[in-house]
Amino acid sequence: MSATTANRDLPGIYHKAGSLRSERRWALVTSYISLIVAAVIFLTPPIYMFLTSLKTSAEIADQQGNPWLVRNPTLENYAALLSDKLFMGFFFNSVVVTLAVVALTMAISILAAFALSRMRFWGSQVLATGVFLTYLVPDTLLFIPLYQIVGGLGLLNSIWGLILVYPTLTVPFCTWIMIGYFASIPKELDEAALIDGATWPQMLMKIFIPVALPGIIAATIFAFTVSWAAFVYPTAFITTPDQMPLTIGVVSQLVRGDTFAWGQIMAGALLAALPPVIVYAFLMDYYIAGLTAGATKG
Amino acid sequence: MAADGSVAATALPPLEGGRASTLQRLARRRSTIAFLMTLPLIVVVVGLVAYPAAYGMYLSTLNRRMTAFIGFGNFEILFDSDTFWNVAWQSCFFAITAVLLKAGIGFWLAHMLHHIPTKGQRKWRGMLLVPWVIPPALSTLGWWWMFDPSYSSINWLLMVFAVPEVPWLGHPWWARISIIIVNVWYGAPFFMIMYLAALKSVPEQLYEAAAIDGATAWQRLRYVTLPMMANIISITVLFSLIVTFANYDIVRVLTNGGPRDLTHVFASYAFQVGILSGNIPRGAAVSLFMFPILAVCAFFVLRGVTRRNKEQM
Repeated sequence: MSATTANRDLPGIYHKAGSLRSERRWALVTSYISLIVAAVIFLTPPIYMFLTSLKTSAEIADQQGNPWLVRNPTLENYAALLSDKLFMGFFFNSVVVTLAVVALTMAISILAAFALSRMRFWGSQVLATGVFLTYLVPDTLLFIPLYQIVGGLGLLNSIWGLILVYPTLTVPFCTWIMIGYFASIPKELDEAALIDGATWPQMLMKIFIPVALPGIIAATIFAFTVSWAAFVYPTAFITTPDQMPLTIGVVSQLVRGDTFAWGQIMAGALLAALPPVIVYAFLMDYYIAGLTAGATKG
Repeated sequence: MAADGSVAATALPPLEGGRASTLQRLARRRSTIAFLMTLPLIVVVVGLVAYPAAYGMYLSTLNRRMTAFIGFGNFEILFDSDTFWNVAWQSCFFAITAVLLKAGIGFWLAHMLHHIPTKGQRKWRGMLLVPWVIPPALSTLGWWWMFDPSYSSINWLLMVFAVPEVPWLGHPWWARISIIIVNVWYGAPFFMIMYLAALKSVPEQLYEAAAIDGATAWQRLRYVTLPMMANIISITVLFSLIVTFANYDIVRVLTNGGPRDLTHVFASYAFQVGILSGNIPRGAAVSLFMFPILAVCAFFVLRGVTRRNKEQM
């Protein structure tokens, strides 16, 4: 932060330097310095979490010496978690909830986006705008009425309650970006299909889904990361440990009592963060496409 | 008309009639299909967003045990409490400061990333987006540990540079700053990615034209880049304002509202009052206070997005 403010003065310097080449060189040096500073600040917390997760509780409690060094690296925190029934239960709950929500979301939003982008019908424009507006409704605005509604259905303390409400987080955005992707498919393609006698479902399955596959992957990644990271709803709706998904499980169950098992907490947090990070590492371009699509498409 | 159109007249009526009725049937069938296809979406929007919103407003007018209608009683009680005004102030302060910092840092980093050779951009972009990818509730745990009063690794680093210890989460102002730091750390990469995408869409010719006219770097930024990015900047800032204003995870994990309820934002206070203390109507009233500012932001985001779509068409 301090580096960025200091760097703002630099354009003045390279003006005095004059020549285009040295101006470019200065710009490049500034760029790399800013990026290195940013990378150090951005990556330090996860790295420190990883360092802590390799320490024993005794080493963490020892206040002598540098906390950024690991003297006796050990995997016992990870081993303890992976053999812990409760933690694996969190993992299982997260996987079930996320898979169910992703499947539901994609089914709902692909069907709706197809209809909204290709079949103009009464109210379709209003509905498309409404979808975007619901995307702007944050989860913290409605969690109390939803708590009452989910409670009324008897689904508090059950992962089914989460599967019911998570679509409010994922469906609006996925529908919105799928409308954008579908609208960018040339009309000639569906005209050709109609002339060949294709029905609407055939058109969706044989043309739209294959052509818009990158968009579908981006939307799926979005639905996956959002339902994996959801925090407000599980915190409000789930209080029994065996039904908790990972986020709230790690935050509420590993952090207990007065003596914190910091090594284990950090190992748990990292293990819980692993699936979205892996998805990101392998599908970065789709991930970023989904991220930027909200404002640039649709 | 009849003389020269006789052939057409005999040929057309059945054809036209046939086409009209199939068209009608098609339209009817098409809209029915379309309605069926959007039905699940409508169920989600109406059943899980619109209905809860209306129900939330109704809830906020009930008494604690939800047995009697008390009108604006909950709001009046909130208006009389100091804690509530603290929460309102803290929410606005937190959201505005954090969003401005995120936008500034994101804008700066996007420019720096845009300047370096294209080959290296992917690698840097990949590294710098990591804070956004980790679920915030979990990365905040890591920050919480780094802010820990007796084991703080940040304080250890400060000590190396002979800076006195900072009571990160113990002192109200430092706690507020800590929350902002974590939120900026988490959100700045998002701005960076959005602005980088916007920068890449500015046509290179504009910069060439500006260079021929002898524009300085500052003038290029002021008269080419900023006007071209104005819309995306306002959309991201307003969108982030909504999300930051309604933030819950970071406050819950980092301070849980403490010290002395001074770092509560609307969401965490609503949670505290509504779910933990069991006063559901008053909790609903607290979270409804977020609505006006969110509605204003949403209106402008929507306007920006539709304007952008028109530009692109």
